[in-house]
Amino acid sequence: MLQNLEIRVPSAVPRWGGAHFLVFRNLRVHTGGNPWTMAMYSIFEPILYLLAIGVGIGQLVGDVEGVDVPYAAFVAPGLLATAVMNSALHETMEGAFVKFTQERFYQSILFTPVSLTGIVVGEVAWAVLRGFVTALGFLLVITVFGLVSWSNAVITAAGTLLVAFAFGSAGLAVTTRIRTWSDFQYVQLVLLPMFLFATTFYPVTVYPRPVQVIVETLPLYHAIQLLRGCALGQLGSGMIVSVVYLLVLGALGLVVARRQWARIMLH
Amino acid sequence: MPMFLREFSSWMLRYRRTWKSTIVISVANPLLFLVAIGAGLGQLVDPSSLGGLTYLEFFAPGILAAAAMQNAYIEAAFVVHGSLRQDKSYLVAAATPLEPRDIMAGHMLFMAFRIGTSALAFAAVMAALGATRSPWAVLTVPAALLTGMAFAAPLAAWTVTVGRFGALNTVFRFVLMPMYLFSGTFFGIETLPDWLRPLAYVLPLWHGVDLCRTLSLGTATLLTSAIHVGYLAALTAGGVAVALVTYRRHIHV
Repeated sequence: MLQNLEIRVPSAVPRWGGAHFLVFRNLRVHTGGNPWTMAMYSIFEPILYLLAIGVGIGQLVGDVEGVDVPYAAFVAPGLLATAVMNSALHETMEGAFVKFTQERFYQSILFTPVSLTGIVVGEVAWAVLRGFVTALGFLLVITVFGLVSWSNAVITAAGTLLVAFAFGSAGLAVTTRIRTWSDFQYVQLVLLPMFLFATTFYPVTVYPRPVQVIVETLPLYHAIQLLRGCALGQLGSGMIVSVVYLLVLGALGLVVARRQWARIMLH
Repeated sequence: MPMFLREFSSWMLRYRRTWKSTIVISVANPLLFLVAIGAGLGQLVDPSSLGGLTYLEFFAPGILAAAAMQNAYIEAAFVVHGSLRQDKSYLVAAATPLEPRDIMAGHMLFMAFRIGTSALAFAAVMAALGATRSPWAVLTVPAALLTGMAFAAPLAAWTVTVGRFGALNTVFRFVLMPMYLFSGTFFGIETLPDWLRPLAYVLPLWHGVDLCRTLSLGTATLLTSAIHVGYLAALTAGGVAVALVTYRRHIHV
């Protein structure tokens, strides 16, 4: 069936499967339209957390073991990673679910020259863009507050692209398994503990060794490791592990999403 | 059976089917915060900065009150909005001998049930983790219930008048969320800058947090507790009074 569709309109299929059409469309349709309004909305909550936890609890926390920076500077990259993750996931999870079930957007796309690969790649690219806009807004605020230097902020911005890619594409793969709105409760049941335990608020050394091993398997842990290393200018060889982890997660998500979508939409 | 109890019993009947999914947000959410922040971050906090308290002892009663507010928001904003404008169960009830005031009272009784049972579960875990210091901690459950109702009643009164769903999210994001973070839940408001502190004293959540905290630690005094209870009770009563009017206006079109 898939072959049929693509053979029927071979000359009309754009080079990248039409992924860019999807990105343009999403940009236009997005509530608010203006990317800076989007960024404002996405960074409001992490900035509040930064003020309350970074500054408020920072006063209670003495020296964090193994961290030679103010507590707020330690927490900021963790909250940045979480904000980027949430932005990217929001597009490929709830966003994609609405487009599939309520708007029937993907079903109608099938009748255009945009291919299935184009849909999947386009949605992930959109999620990356969305996560990146959030990241720029957040980074601007923490750089102005002096929690990260301007040069480190640039490297961190590049890192957030990878984080958005990993979560956006993994999210799209998971969405193919979501049946009803209440299934998102189970997603929350995974995301919330991950947010709280993946070293957002304190270093992994707080935990006993067996717990550390579990924490180190979490995707958000690697996102935080990467961004914290970049933001604090502590680039180490251990970050390669995190980069590879996120790349593999993103690639795996793309492959699974592409296969599942073909199964759901073309039967 | 009084009329409003019929409305209440219909909510309870529905709850038998949906209670599982409420566990995630109303019980698991605050418990995870309790474990992660209280136990993990607590290791970094020097007890001397909290006057000899462990961070868990300080934080747990605060998050108990904050969770009551969050549960109140879910029940009084989302559910009330849905009952009037999506599944329209309010309008269905209004077609029976139930009056708007019965619908309001029955639903608020159900909100109290939800907030109270969640607080009870939470307080039991708190006590089991050794986060309480005084037998007075038993009273944190009614205190959290009162805190929740101080939000639920005014919120419900307002929500029945709201047409646009997005307005509910805006209130959560720009009113309740900042309140959650700056009402002394995570750190004492004494550390706020001087110009900001008077604002915190006005916030209803601070009164709930301080009431729960002083009860849990056994440092409650009669006067401050009376002020807290009075303020929260006044908000609840005010909310109910306004809800009597708004429910009638928006249900009996």
